Amino acid sequence: MPLLLTEEQSMLRDSARGLISDHAPVAHLRKLRDTRDATGFSRELWATFAEMGFAGLLVPEEHGGSGLGAVEAGVVMEEIGRTLMPSPFFATAVLSVSALTRAGSAAQKSEVLPKIASGALLAALALDEGAKHRPLHTALQAVRSGNGFKLSGAKAMVVDGHVADLLIVAARSAGAPGERDGLTLFLVDPKAKGVAIERTIMVDAHNAARVTLDNVEVTADHVLGDVDGGAGVLSGVLDLGRGAVASEMVGLSEEVFGRTVAYLKERKQFGKAIGEFQALQHRAAHLYIEIEITRAAVLKALQTLDADPAGATAAVAVAKARAGATATRAVQEGVQMHGGMGMTDQFDIGFFMKRARLCEELLGDANFHAAQLAQMRGY
Amino acid sequence: MADLDTFRRETRAWLEANCPPEMRQPMTSEEDTFWGGRNAKFSSEPQRIWFERMRDKGWTVPHWPREYGGGGLDGEEAKIVRQEMAAIGARAPITSFGISMLGPALLKYGTDEQKREHLPKITAGLIRWCQGYSEPNAGSDLASLQTRAESNGDDYIINGQKIWTSYANYADWIFCLVRTDPTAKKHDGISFILFDMTSKGVTTKPILLISGRSPFCETFFDNVRVPKANVLGTVNRGWDVAKYLLQHERAMISGMGERGGSRPLGQVAADSVGSDGQGRLDDALLRAEIATFDVDEAALAAAAERMVDLAKAGQGHPAFSSAMKYYGTELNKRRHELLMSSGGIDALEWESERSHEGARPRAWLRTKANSIEGGTSEVMLGIVAKRILDLPGA
Repeated sequence: MPLLLTEEQSMLRDSARGLISDHAPVAHLRKLRDTRDATGFSRELWATFAEMGFAGLLVPEEHGGSGLGAVEAGVVMEEIGRTLMPSPFFATAVLSVSALTRAGSAAQKSEVLPKIASGALLAALALDEGAKHRPLHTALQAVRSGNGFKLSGAKAMVVDGHVADLLIVAARSAGAPGERDGLTLFLVDPKAKGVAIERTIMVDAHNAARVTLDNVEVTADHVLGDVDGGAGVLSGVLDLGRGAVASEMVGLSEEVFGRTVAYLKERKQFGKAIGEFQALQHRAAHLYIEIEITRAAVLKALQTLDADPAGATAAVAVAKARAGATATRAVQEGVQMHGGMGMTDQFDIGFFMKRARLCEELLGDANFHAAQLAQMRGY
Repeated sequence: MADLDTFRRETRAWLEANCPPEMRQPMTSEEDTFWGGRNAKFSSEPQRIWFERMRDKGWTVPHWPREYGGGGLDGEEAKIVRQEMAAIGARAPITSFGISMLGPALLKYGTDEQKREHLPKITAGLIRWCQGYSEPNAGSDLASLQTRAESNGDDYIINGQKIWTSYANYADWIFCLVRTDPTAKKHDGISFILFDMTSKGVTTKPILLISGRSPFCETFFDNVRVPKANVLGTVNRGWDVAKYLLQHERAMISGMGERGGSRPLGQVAADSVGSDGQGRLDDALLRAEIATFDVDEAALAAAAERMVDLAKAGQGHPAFSSAMKYYGTELNKRRHELLMSSGGIDALEWESERSHEGARPRAWLRTKANSIEGGTSEVMLGIVAKRILDLPGA
């Protein structure tokens, strides 16, 4: 398969770009931040997303969605990355749909997926506990109780956790933190007794939450997938999520780069455009090359996720590691080349820097993924 | 799609049946490369068998037309052949500047007669070509070249000197940039001409490099008589041909950063450095550097694949090969720095049996030319800034 978008995928990109650039330019995020918006994103815009079929992009057709794949999810994420639009798309339409589709019982799927596709239900994945992304170190306890479990522990950086109607919680039902076996996923009602949710506005003005569970009771019906077998499901879900975040970072990098090159052509010092200086030209050219190579690596990962999901981990590790390193370079060069203006809150460039930092930590940073690759290659 | 699946199955079966096991091993010495040419010798029987089978199949250049000895495959099919060869670690049956550099320019600019004359000898490995581009005073500023071709009836008389001519001392023919109009502006008086290296007045002198080897020569032309019919493209428009060829040369050089099929660098490092109880390389910082390298190498491979696909779809940027050349060569230098670091003192042996006569340090030193030959890294960045980013004054 050519490493290019198909015609349909290009059309999807155009329609996503049209919608997002019209309704959610960076000014949209700025306004949500400055007004300390309680939701942190626009529910109206999410309804439009659902009408256009984006909320149900990955939901199988029999549950009211479009049944599309990783490449299409990446296409939408890339457009989100260009304007930094806060949207439930990632947590609800990508991570949660993926988990439910992979592991959900027939009843769970027909209960939840149509509601997600219609935009009526928001969901969030509660996974990370420590400062760094270490899925196998999950320690939140699931202790058997009657025909169900009692859950206790704490989760951090639960994206959209403050507005979610449904939490997908990774818990340890057996074994010790660090072990692959013994993880179980649960569907948890955020309003259930013992659940405490603290909204944490992050550095990038996007939404996350700390979620604490204190002896929260769940029944066997709330188990998502097999008891103790959550790691397998999780690795598929996370690989897709990583591909999605990498796509967002490609969009972000390209947007920052475009703005920076425009500034190099427009800003004059010493009587000429600063883009005439070779010191800046070479740095800009280098950054362009990094972005193009990363774009190819990310598309490769997304295509692999669709063609051979179980064999995609290496390609995804490459994509996420590259995307992190590239976005980090792009935003740093962006601020530096904008000079003093790049340091001002008035200029948008700082928003990109903040978002890039968050995306870098989301689902594993460049070091995490490079180490994954090293391990897979036997060194 | 179904047709391509069938083609892939057939290709896999054919390669399985026809590629000798010895030709699936990573290359370890210069002798492992077959270059073709009038004086070509095979270094082993499997090398001969593999070359001849691929030649007879048309797969020394799968995507060239059959009438010239190519395989007549379309882009998707040629990609499948590359992928299936990579999957079994099959070596290239021949390494040839005729295939990677001159051929594309011949196909685009050649007359029917020129194509019929030269292309079949390239696909069959009968003629080995070298490239006469750089001169002592025309390096990065290539268009300032001074080698002159003066009109004399139906011929040109060529005088001047080239330098960094790869393997000129082994080559049968040269494709050469010469100045046919000394009064025109520097880009406008250049022609692209082909001639036999056995012509009277051609001499070559190998240049000893820091690697202790001589892959490059000085090449001298003293009243060399060449028919005017040997000009490729239009007289005085040779710069267009030169640039077109450089795109292919740069794409080829960028491929140096990819090493499909060979052992992972981290495992090579583990041979010398050792591993800890969990199987991790026993040098955390080296492991991190190698892992980062592996990420970049895999990404470059994807970008190379995408570049070909974009070109096929008519969406490629002609200057993008400069971007790939820059990245691929810098990456290859990194690879060899890491190989040296991994090998430690063992990698420093220059003359010993154990080191295959210093194969590793010589290869390391050779790679330092990668970011100079075919246009320096700095020239590549300048091309990207000017032609892709449209930055002012570049």
